[in-house]
Amino acid sequence: MKEIKIFARAGQGAITTAAILGEALFYENKYSYAFPHFGAARMGAPMNAFLRFDEKPIRLRSKIYEPDYIIVIDPTLIESQNAFAGLTPDAKAVVAVRPETPVPQASGVEVHTLLAEKIATEIIGRPFANTVLLGAFAKITGAFTLDSVLKAVSKRFESKPAILQKNLDAVKKGYESV
Amino acid sequence: MKQFLEGSWAFADAAKLCRPGVISAYPITPQTHIVEHLAQFVANGELNAQTINVESEHSAASVVLGSQACGVRSFTCTSSQGLMLMAEVVFNIAGMRMPILMICANRALSAPINIWNDQQDSVSLRDSGWIQMYAENNQEAVDLVIAGYKIGEKPRVMLPVMVCVDGFILTHGMEVVDMPTQEEVDQFLPPYNPPYKLDVEKPLSLGLLGGPDVYIETRYAIQKTMEDVLTILPEVGDEFKKKFGRESVRLIEEYRLDDAEVALVAMGSVCGTIKDVIDELRQKGQKVGLLKIVTYRPFPEAAVNKALAKVPYVGVVDKNISLGATGALYTEIKAACSHDKKISGFVMGLGGRDITKNSIESVFSQSKEKVNSCTFVDLHNDLLWEEFRV
Repeated sequence: MKEIKIFARAGQGAITTAAILGEALFYENKYSYAFPHFGAARMGAPMNAFLRFDEKPIRLRSKIYEPDYIIVIDPTLIESQNAFAGLTPDAKAVVAVRPETPVPQASGVEVHTLLAEKIATEIIGRPFANTVLLGAFAKITGAFTLDSVLKAVSKRFESKPAILQKNLDAVKKGYESV
Repeated sequence: MKQFLEGSWAFADAAKLCRPGVISAYPITPQTHIVEHLAQFVANGELNAQTINVESEHSAASVVLGSQACGVRSFTCTSSQGLMLMAEVVFNIAGMRMPILMICANRALSAPINIWNDQQDSVSLRDSGWIQMYAENNQEAVDLVIAGYKIGEKPRVMLPVMVCVDGFILTHGMEVVDMPTQEEVDQFLPPYNPPYKLDVEKPLSLGLLGGPDVYIETRYAIQKTMEDVLTILPEVGDEFKKKFGRESVRLIEEYRLDDAEVALVAMGSVCGTIKDVIDELRQKGQKVGLLKIVTYRPFPEAAVNKALAKVPYVGVVDKNISLGATGALYTEIKAACSHDKKISGFVMGLGGRDITKNSIESVFSQSKEKVNSCTFVDLHNDLLWEEFRV
């Protein structure tokens, strides 16, 4: 079983990210349990989404304290939310950074950074880093193929054709950027 | 077909597959998504039902009571304070023998205001005459909704059914669910054909004054019917298994109980966490198991007694507390078992306090150490008066 913790601000798409991850894993016959940090967060408040996945159905219902992977959608949360705390040995982190963000260091953790907001702004027109990060996550972890993420993104945005292609391009760019 | 779905979406889908004619519900966290999805289905024309907007849960329950009394399969769902506001009507629905199905998204009760999960809301209405079933995961919840209508609507039963799903943990949790097709559900669940209904051609009164000359018989009749449900429910469960291949519909589930020295008893999603802990402890050679209560009302006393017959140490996990007494499930397990059994009660997870694998491991070891009827687990001492600290 592997566990993922996503750091974002409410409104940045952490739950959507977890939903797409779960859908992509589903296409590869894996079972996952994706869940938000159960709260009443207002737009802009720090929040988490979680996902655990395995070859067999997930039964464990607790929160995630020692993730194997973290995805940081908003770089301002690295420090304030202590995003690297509790990571397992050999953990991997996919972190959206801004040009001014110091590159995060954590011993034993494989940290991959990319200018995801900048990429998203160029492709989608708005700084929604999550689909860029999903592409990068697929490449770095090998948890699922690029095709599965693209398929999952297509399903998620099927009712929003105007932004679908842009998000597919964002995923691909994220995949190529790490 | 297997799909990766949010719990609320899956539950709304399951309700839709049962073709309710009337839906009335008042939104409340964490039940809201269920109502939203159903309203969307009706607006899209995917479901031919009337959604009736109301100003409170009391009215929502009253609307479905009225529609069901007119012979129309009806659906509602609520949570926490909403269920409390419904309470008066909840008892009426059972008293009038109306097989409405309700999903309760389990959440703590105020005060203090808390939107997070425990099971105090539905457990507080255990005496209302509703059949209550608790789902461990989203698949079970879907299955219990579909089977729930079938059980409640049996002419020999005619009782309402509450399917209880842990708020947020299940309602907002996304996981793989095998969704039955409309054709399969239509084959399993026939249209609602009540033995009595409000009809201008054949006038009938419901819920009238029932004085000392008749009232106690109405309660006795429900009590006897509840006893019958202990037989009928597993029969529907067998039918369900034949049709859909899953064993979700049952009174209890036994997990690695055969040679267990310590068993926990629990309801709902925490059973999944307990199963994971059991597998880990078994690998270390500890003989531990779980008795999952799926059907809490009617209470399957004989099945509980049989399942725990050879287990010397039992720990009961309650996500509720009968303040001034113990957890509600604890008292019933204690009553169902022989006196020589060592049974401890644990109150945990109230108001969303996370139940981790460590919490469960500690409950397993405490169950063997010392009998205690009401131990609160994972308390933060720094929040307590000094004399209350543990």
